[in-house]
Amino acid sequence: MTRHENSAAFSRRALLKAGGALVVSISTPIAFEDADAADSVVAVATQPPLTPDQLSSYIAVNADGTIAIYFGKMDMGQGLAIAIRQMVADELDVAFDATKIFIGDTATSVNQGGASGSTGVQEGGKQMRMAAAEARRVLIAMAADKLGVAEDQLTVTDGVVHATTDGAKKVSYAQLIGGQFFNVHLDWNGKYGNPLYAPGKAQPKDPKDYKIVGQPIPRDDIAPKVFAQADFAADIKVPSMVHGRMIRPPVAGAVPVKIDEASIKHIPTARVVWDKAFLGVVADKEWDAIKAMRQLKVEWSQVSAPFPDQAALYDHIRKAPTRKREVGKEAGNVEDAFKAPARVIEAEYEWPFQSHARMGPGCAVVEIKDGQVTCWTGTQKAHFVQAGLAATLAVPKDRVRVIWTSGPGSYGRSDADDCAMDAAVLAKATGKPVRLQYMRDEGIAWDPKAPASIHRARVALDASGNVVAYDFLSKGFSRIDVNTNGSEPKDTLAGQALGVELKSGDGFGFPGDSYGFANKRTAWETIAPLLDRGSPLRTSHMRDPVGPQIHFASESFMDEVAAALNVDPVEFRLRYVRDPRDIAVIKAAAEKAGWQPRPSPRKDQAGNKVSGRGIAYAQRGATRVAVIAEVNVDRSTGAIWARKFTVAHDCGQIINPDGLHHAIENNIVQATSRTLWEEVRFDQNTVTSVDWETYPILEMGGAPEQVDIVTINHLGIAPSGAGEAASRPVAAAVANAVFDATGVRIRRAPFSPDHVKGALS
Amino acid sequence: MSQKFSLNVNGKDQTVEADGDMPLLYALRDDLGLNNPHFGCGLAQCGACTVHLDGKPTRSCVTPLAEVGDRKIVTLAGLGTPEQPHPLQTAYVQEEVPQCAYCINGWIMTAAAFLRDHKKPTDAEIRTALTGLKCRCGTHMAILRAVKRAATMMG
Repeated sequence: MTRHENSAAFSRRALLKAGGALVVSISTPIAFEDADAADSVVAVATQPPLTPDQLSSYIAVNADGTIAIYFGKMDMGQGLAIAIRQMVADELDVAFDATKIFIGDTATSVNQGGASGSTGVQEGGKQMRMAAAEARRVLIAMAADKLGVAEDQLTVTDGVVHATTDGAKKVSYAQLIGGQFFNVHLDWNGKYGNPLYAPGKAQPKDPKDYKIVGQPIPRDDIAPKVFAQADFAADIKVPSMVHGRMIRPPVAGAVPVKIDEASIKHIPTARVVWDKAFLGVVADKEWDAIKAMRQLKVEWSQVSAPFPDQAALYDHIRKAPTRKREVGKEAGNVEDAFKAPARVIEAEYEWPFQSHARMGPGCAVVEIKDGQVTCWTGTQKAHFVQAGLAATLAVPKDRVRVIWTSGPGSYGRSDADDCAMDAAVLAKATGKPVRLQYMRDEGIAWDPKAPASIHRARVALDASGNVVAYDFLSKGFSRIDVNTNGSEPKDTLAGQALGVELKSGDGFGFPGDSYGFANKRTAWETIAPLLDRGSPLRTSHMRDPVGPQIHFASESFMDEVAAALNVDPVEFRLRYVRDPRDIAVIKAAAEKAGWQPRPSPRKDQAGNKVSGRGIAYAQRGATRVAVIAEVNVDRSTGAIWARKFTVAHDCGQIINPDGLHHAIENNIVQATSRTLWEEVRFDQNTVTSVDWETYPILEMGGAPEQVDIVTINHLGIAPSGAGEAASRPVAAAVANAVFDATGVRIRRAPFSPDHVKGALS
Repeated sequence: MSQKFSLNVNGKDQTVEADGDMPLLYALRDDLGLNNPHFGCGLAQCGACTVHLDGKPTRSCVTPLAEVGDRKIVTLAGLGTPEQPHPLQTAYVQEEVPQCAYCINGWIMTAAAFLRDHKKPTDAEIRTALTGLKCRCGTHMAILRAVKRAATMMG
């Protein structure tokens, strides 16, 4: 059988072997005369330290001339690995197929932040592009020395450096450095994670010279999965491995006070791991671990119910003391502008807790052997998990290797990092490699949640109906109650269970737009978590963290103002939006959708089955997206079908149009699910959304009929993120379309049939 | 109570020794080393564990081993190979359907049985047939394109 190879799955060692490094005779290191690096040795047989200031930490030329790319971010299924290979191949002047990429392994890459904030291309790609440009510069310098031709008389074709005037004068990258390592120092900014930047002396090419960037090169990680040949983290097996399961309290905050081990005595090999609030079981066979988890008799401490009644959630947020307040960039004087306005329009919006609810619950394998820790995990941030494991196990970081392996989807700080830490605690306690897979309820009830929030907006109008002031406030749980990665025990369930001191962080966000109101203030306020440790309602980052909730409010509100003024919603936005690229996406979406100007709501419909359209737009970093939703509403049932979306998207320079298209489309559908269906349910004791019945998401019947996408490409503008931006305006676009259809404003998400029916009646 | 069970998986006879109440999923994954299907919910609510039993899409996470009997089991690995792919596998690759791909056993195995029994299905029939499956990454549009592409290939 043909085995489809996914380059990202190889280890660095395997690659170097395959590339022939070990069969090449490596004798004297190559030196060359370079005005900038006189006498320096740029090709060495032993890899320099794996640090951000070394070119070898990002790029190597194998003996066969193929290029190995070592990347410290991760591709969660959006084609990032392909995009990075395109950027590197173009910069180096090698064929795309001559590149291989190795991602998310702490043994082969530096901490570039993992998958985080849609920065894969924006920050990760920027760094890899600079590294590739520097590698090309160094290789040309080496070739100049070897060929006796001036550097400016040399060019590169498919990895071969040759004289522009005499094609016979040539030397390949493989001949120059194949199988050895660059020994080239980069100008590292001293930062790790997303802001890591380490350029060399070279500058990237002029964008008009790119040949591979911009091509729709297909992903190579799909076929191995479709033919069941690729391993997910859940598929990793190591010798002597046992299976673990965790046991969570029936009332959040309760801890085990008594365990009846006899209750699982009949289950072969099953044993309990109990330390303070940490409670798990292990068994040789997975099914036995599950049975032990279910059958172990546990007595829990009596604690008072930690949560408010869910019906009182938004009141709780309104009344809770503000822990931190931040005001964004302020224009004019909002307070003064509201003193004597001709008219004020105001509204308040509500967004529930939401769960990552990944397709499978968290799974990790941890092996501790001879003082060396190895972890296979579907985390977004392998290097941060490495730090977390080192802290959890009290071992030096350099004794921990984390190998990212595909997980069941990933949209932020999910249950993945918690699972890796729990698995490590079980492995340490049992002295055996442990594969821990959470159960479904842990993947929904116990993952870190997207924060619930309320949002208040008001505008002051003058007598002519012009907006003279805009005031927008979000108040909610923090998006960093637990941090966005598991690098510190305080931010993981295991750490909290084992008694590490807690420190809840404060963060929310501001609307991303360029409305040029003379007086404008946006602000946020955070409140304390409902339970300070081991909480199933702890909050953190989930795809486009706090973006969907903020822009549901801000862009619904713009629609409310437009409707109150009897102005077409596109026209209203174009009156006030200032940024030319923002204006361009709004116009592009309207044009593609065939938008005919008129105010909302429609006035030409009768009966229960009505339809409408709505627009919303947002910036996310340097990316801008406008979304037009066309919906059908059944007034008798409250059912909404978001039938058609038209998206205009500008993320600067497009690296791979196919990957971009899929990223946008999947954002739209997932955001539709969050808009229409998703709400974490809880009672006063704990979270009661435990499966797909109690945490419904969009199914195929509710998928749109059509998603039209217009992408605006700016060759000369640095690429910005596309992994999350299109999620941002969806809820407001749908809400505005529902208003257009029904004349009723939905101000609370999700727009599930019962909520909508209630709002319509 | 551990017992021996004979299973025919992807055309091969195999023996598993396990509890009769153990779901088939664990026999396939842990005892027979088949890394597809996947555990998604253990509740037959998502489809990630779907296999064919005598051609019928079945959620292996809730199918006790004792109830499998002599029905022939086919997993995604047995549906087609790179040399002889099932049209849905071809379509999935061509349409670049998956984001994370953890869910694909459910969609492909369910759609394979549906397309075998329903030629030239309408959009509405496809949507109905695929109800009850989950894809958290939101690849639904690409799934629909792939199923329609495969339907055309299958005549």
